[in-house]
Amino acid sequence: MRQLPLTQMEEGRSGIVVEIMGGIGALRRLELLGVRVGRKITKISGMFMRGPVTVQVDHTQVGIGFGMASKVIVEVKE
Amino acid sequence: MRKILLMGNPNVGKSVVFSRLTGVYVIVSNYPGTTVEFRKGHMKLGKEQVEIIDVPGAYTLEPTCKAEEVAVEMLKETRPGDIVINIVDATNLERNLYLTLELMERETPVIVALNLWDETKHKGITIDVPGLERWLKVPVVPTVAVTGEGIKELVDRFPEARTPKIRKHTRLERWEDIGKIVKEVQTLVHHHHTFLERLQDLSVKPASGLPIAALVIYLAFKTIRFIGEGLIGYVCEPIFEFFTPFLMKLSVLLGSSGFLHDILIGKLIDGEIDFVQSFGLLTTGLFVPFGMVLPYIISFYLILSVLEDFGYLPRLAVLVDNIMHHMGLHGYAIIPTLLGLGCGVPGIMATRILESWRERFIAATLIAIALPCAALQAMIIGILGKYGSGPIATVYGTLFAVWFLLGLILNRFVSGFSPELLIEIPPYRLPPLRTLLKKVWMRVLGFLRDAVPIVLLGVLIVNILYILGVFDSIAAFTAPVITGLLGLPKEAIVAVLVGFLRKDVAVGMLVPLNLTVKQLIVGCVVLSMFFPCIATYIVLIKEVGWKGMLAATGIMILATILVGSLLNLLL
Repeated sequence: MRQLPLTQMEEGRSGIVVEIMGGIGALRRLELLGVRVGRKITKISGMFMRGPVTVQVDHTQVGIGFGMASKVIVEVKE
Repeated sequence: MRKILLMGNPNVGKSVVFSRLTGVYVIVSNYPGTTVEFRKGHMKLGKEQVEIIDVPGAYTLEPTCKAEEVAVEMLKETRPGDIVINIVDATNLERNLYLTLELMERETPVIVALNLWDETKHKGITIDVPGLERWLKVPVVPTVAVTGEGIKELVDRFPEARTPKIRKHTRLERWEDIGKIVKEVQTLVHHHHTFLERLQDLSVKPASGLPIAALVIYLAFKTIRFIGEGLIGYVCEPIFEFFTPFLMKLSVLLGSSGFLHDILIGKLIDGEIDFVQSFGLLTTGLFVPFGMVLPYIISFYLILSVLEDFGYLPRLAVLVDNIMHHMGLHGYAIIPTLLGLGCGVPGIMATRILESWRERFIAATLIAIALPCAALQAMIIGILGKYGSGPIATVYGTLFAVWFLLGLILNRFVSGFSPELLIEIPPYRLPPLRTLLKKVWMRVLGFLRDAVPIVLLGVLIVNILYILGVFDSIAAFTAPVITGLLGLPKEAIVAVLVGFLRKDVAVGMLVPLNLTVKQLIVGCVVLSMFFPCIATYIVLIKEVGWKGMLAATGIMILATILVGSLLNLLL
């Protein structure tokens, strides 16, 4: 098991959200879209040059800006 | 009158339910934030007339954006007897239940519609509806709003709407409860990825998504042009040609000149009616809206609606997020931008989906200055088309450069902050053809109702002012800028002034001036950038305030004169 920010996760990998750093505002907005601690998310894509990350949570896809995505810490299996 | 509020997360189909209940059509699309303001309609419940309100989408009652603030305000205004229909996306039960639980803590009775019920089947989701009812203690009705399934049962059960009035929970408690509920009432079975789902993923991966985006945009432009030209060549022009002999008879009847003749028919060019140049109410006044602009309005909105309803736009937002950040915006600003290419009014209204004032100001200013509306584009293509694609490309290229550079500049100098992209990306959906055509028709109808009278009014006013000789003195006054800097004949000021009313008429007025290609290019760019039409202007004031409007106007005047003079020098 290792923990890493969503931005560094590989495309196609899944992991469990273990921490969302940053302010309560961003935290709440992410939660409301399904990205919250304890949930399994799958990274669909990450745009190059610090572009947004797209993840799949259950049956929704969510586009997350790079800065915010770098604050979402995910635990993945080795 | 009792009120019924339609509330729910963005993009769950509230507006579709609204249309079903009231019979009032509202624009619906497949992206969160189509409805940025509330709409009211009425329906009969037995003998009672009730008011139905389509509330903008909200994820929570503790607002995180402007649309949610509106939603909370509307909920606060409810009185005893009013009810809330909480529309829930059955394919995203967990996330949607957060708002449901918040609603249960309030006073207003609630009934839940489990919408998009048909999609749960393809996605391998089973929901135990009676089980969910027991948990929530309010009626739960599965619905498929687009087909009307379940709507009747929903209406029948309105009287059962209840207030569970549970105590106020904390955020974490709510999520904990939701976890329990979902675990108990929802079962998921694995399902194979469909073609659309694979396409969804490919559209946001950079390696495949960027080529797809380039292809989509290229095809969109090509198809818009193809349909537009086709309608003009095979439908509109033949109709006008058919009526020409009648108009010529009328012209002779009116004595081929004089006050009434000039107003109705206009000036004869070499003894003939010229639909673009004559400038009478019955000639140019009808030809501009119906013969030149309408075909492009139809084709533009057809293509835009396909992209909207299919669900492509949020994916495009992800792809362009990077570039938009340099302009102080994030990717989602692409939606108001694309709407602005149709008409500035809905474009600027849609900037409400952006979170901060700074973003809304930048996006709205860019739409007002650098984005030509569909009517204007139709005219640009109409009058420049005969010189090949070079001049058209120059106009579009210049405007695109202005849009991008102005964005870079505004990003440097406008204070405030621009938040990051965070959007829900809906699944691809194949829109039923009827829904699609209805949407195009409603938008075309909007053009006929709002634009055509103003075109006619514009032509009438111009004729009267010409006859009164008002323009001569204005032209003399503005000549230093118009002729000196922009290299246009001094009479071109009339077109600029008419641009306040309608941009399409304004471009049409360049034709009788017998301009060179270079002058036409400068004229088209100046007319596109300088002062949006009055309708757009009013919306601009509404959305960014007087201060914002004045700032935008200053930037607009400077930018237009600068770009116009540069083109005049360089071309």
